[in-house]
Amino acid sequence: MSNRAVSDRSGNSEAIAQAFADGPAYIPYLAVGDPDYESSLEYVEALERGGADLIELGLPFSEPIAEGPTIQGAVVRALEGGMTPDRFFEFVEDLDVDVPLVCMTYYNLIYQWGETEGPRPFVERAAEAGLEGFVVPDLPAEEADPLREACDEFGLDLVFIVAPTTEGDRLDRIMDRVSGYVYVQARLGTTGAQDDVSDQTAASLDRLREYDVPKAVGFGISAGDHAERIVAGGADGIIVGSALVDIVAEGVESNRSTAAVADRLEAISRELVAGAERGSRARSTGDPS
Amino acid sequence: MSEPTPHSMSETTSTTDDDETQRSTAADPADPAASADPTPVPGETGGKFGRYGGQYVPEALMPAIEELTDAYQRYVLENEDGFMDEFRRRLREFGGRPTPLQHAERLSERYDRDVYLKREDLLHGGAHKLNNALGQVLLAKYMGKDRVIAETGAGQHGTATAMAAAHLDMPCEVYMGERDINRQRPNVFRMTLNGATVTPVTAGRGTLKEAISETMRDWAGSVEDTHYVIGSVVGPHPFPAMVRDFQSVVSEEARRQAIETIGELPTDVVACAGGGSNTMGSFAAFLDDETVSLHAVEAGGADLSIDEEAGVAPNSASLYAGEEGVLHGARTKLLQDAHGQIVESHSVSAGLDYAGVGPELAHLVDEGRVIPVAVDDDHALEAFHLLSRTEGIIPALESAHAIAYLEAGTDTEAGTDSEAAGDDGGEPDAAADDSLGETVVVTVSGRGDKDLESVIEETAARDIDGAPDMSAFTEGI
Repeated sequence: MSNRAVSDRSGNSEAIAQAFADGPAYIPYLAVGDPDYESSLEYVEALERGGADLIELGLPFSEPIAEGPTIQGAVVRALEGGMTPDRFFEFVEDLDVDVPLVCMTYYNLIYQWGETEGPRPFVERAAEAGLEGFVVPDLPAEEADPLREACDEFGLDLVFIVAPTTEGDRLDRIMDRVSGYVYVQARLGTTGAQDDVSDQTAASLDRLREYDVPKAVGFGISAGDHAERIVAGGADGIIVGSALVDIVAEGVESNRSTAAVADRLEAISRELVAGAERGSRARSTGDPS
Repeated sequence: MSEPTPHSMSETTSTTDDDETQRSTAADPADPAASADPTPVPGETGGKFGRYGGQYVPEALMPAIEELTDAYQRYVLENEDGFMDEFRRRLREFGGRPTPLQHAERLSERYDRDVYLKREDLLHGGAHKLNNALGQVLLAKYMGKDRVIAETGAGQHGTATAMAAAHLDMPCEVYMGERDINRQRPNVFRMTLNGATVTPVTAGRGTLKEAISETMRDWAGSVEDTHYVIGSVVGPHPFPAMVRDFQSVVSEEARRQAIETIGELPTDVVACAGGGSNTMGSFAAFLDDETVSLHAVEAGGADLSIDEEAGVAPNSASLYAGEEGVLHGARTKLLQDAHGQIVESHSVSAGLDYAGVGPELAHLVDEGRVIPVAVDDDHALEAFHLLSRTEGIIPALESAHAIAYLEAGTDTEAGTDSEAAGDDGGEPDAAADDSLGETVVVTVSGRGDKDLESVIEETAARDIDGAPDMSAFTEGI
């Protein structure tokens, strides 16, 4: 699946395109190796059982400047559990899931990996492991060309984040380079579950309407009714991270069994998928409430 | 400004207003200073210094950084609305500039060369940090921001920002690693007295890099009304260039004072390097003076190796021992493990304890213009006591590293000629024997009052020649 060299920016990965083909995509995120390798495998597989259409796998970096306290905690637990880029690739190979997997990490880890300079060795290894794309929160579009070229060479997608403040030339530069889907940041600030999802989402989706790439909204989605409203508002997918990481963290604190945590991850996934589907029906019937 | 400034000189290298610059006959066509101008290259973010620098930040911060880049261009570079005039006036009236360039008699005798101290410890607040903090808080005002945030390591930048914010009537929140809060209590009190809120950062080992990450997170959610007063020449463009410009008053003064008092340029400038704001401030005006060797003294800590298993570097020598990577918004030299994870740095001096370094310094080291050297904890403590005892100046532990390099840079044991030219092509050399020339300017970046508790503790644990007996003080600790 990794040998295609496709230059079409609408998407290199057929699997990612497929994830958005049948209704709104549910895109959960977990930090790989949180709190340990084996539990993490089960958690990711539980997400697929819960209805994930695509999964973002966080490769933990020691300085996660875009993350709030919840995901920082996950990163610390995963690093303390011995997670490394090599282990991360093994993890992807060990996973028994059929949905496309996207690696979310920071640029230094991509840049440093392998014997030769630049992002190409990391991308080649990622393709070999079966990953379909990347999200790199600290890599601006202006610096992304080497990674973009490597992704095209190995048939992977490169997802960019669009903030509520992104517009004009910056938005064009990002949309020139994005493929797979665009990650629409629902509000300013770092990641973290919020009780409400802001109006900034609607404005962001409006600005992106003319671009022909799936729009997945993230930051602050933690319940089915959030998912419903976001999808009703025009999102092609919902990205959920902190609400899931909270469950893992709570499991660590309360010493719950891996199976119990996995069950809760599966259950909240079903709730989010159901919310997204309600939102999708509301959109098709023209009733955004 | 009748003196030759680095800017006027860079325009025409053959134009000289004094004899000293004519010594630069071997003008290097690849003048590093020429490429240090952060002009954006098409297809890249702005602020490149050779291969280093850039703007590696979350998308949510980009508009703030673009706004700041614009403000830097207009107010700092073009002096719009008289910004730089007001900045210089406030540095004089509030800060107490200019600081003296003092001939250090005992050190000169000891090392058989003329040692001059650039006394940034006499700046208001007791460290060079005010130059930058005042510039940025004033800039925040010109930009119409309602609040400033800052990170701090040793607490020096935090106190400087808190002072500047109180002076300019601006709410201020300072993020500080928990570990640093514990080893820099007096500075925490000072910030609080100036009305700032000090917020502890508990992530990681609780030092400067975690505080920077946390402040960036705050900024990501507050960009619309908040300016992030970064404390060093690090981070995304325009911070490295802007902080350098605010700090370059140090070398502009030192260069002028050297010509006035010595009658010529010094052979060497020595400054300690953590993130590098003191270093760039001390070097900036000398970059075009090819005869002046520039020595960046990093914290060698306990050891120059990196323990990858533990994720710890027992030093903070990013220029000397680091590898290229991306951290906190810039491509630069970093202390990292083989995977690219940033390791925990160490230094007896909290202000040097950082795993990265300014991208311009990384570039200047690659170009051979700046010579990176490392001084370990033990020698820094010895120099702390030496300066305190023989010159009556209690230096910050950061500055003590620069003083210690006088010892390392003087080959006293071998007794070789100590007047050899200092420029060795930039090859890193921890004990650069005899690398110093006849007249050495050392920047005393700050005073040591904040470090007294650490010094008592660290001295008691060592056998330091000439140090007073610490037992009377350690009992109460």
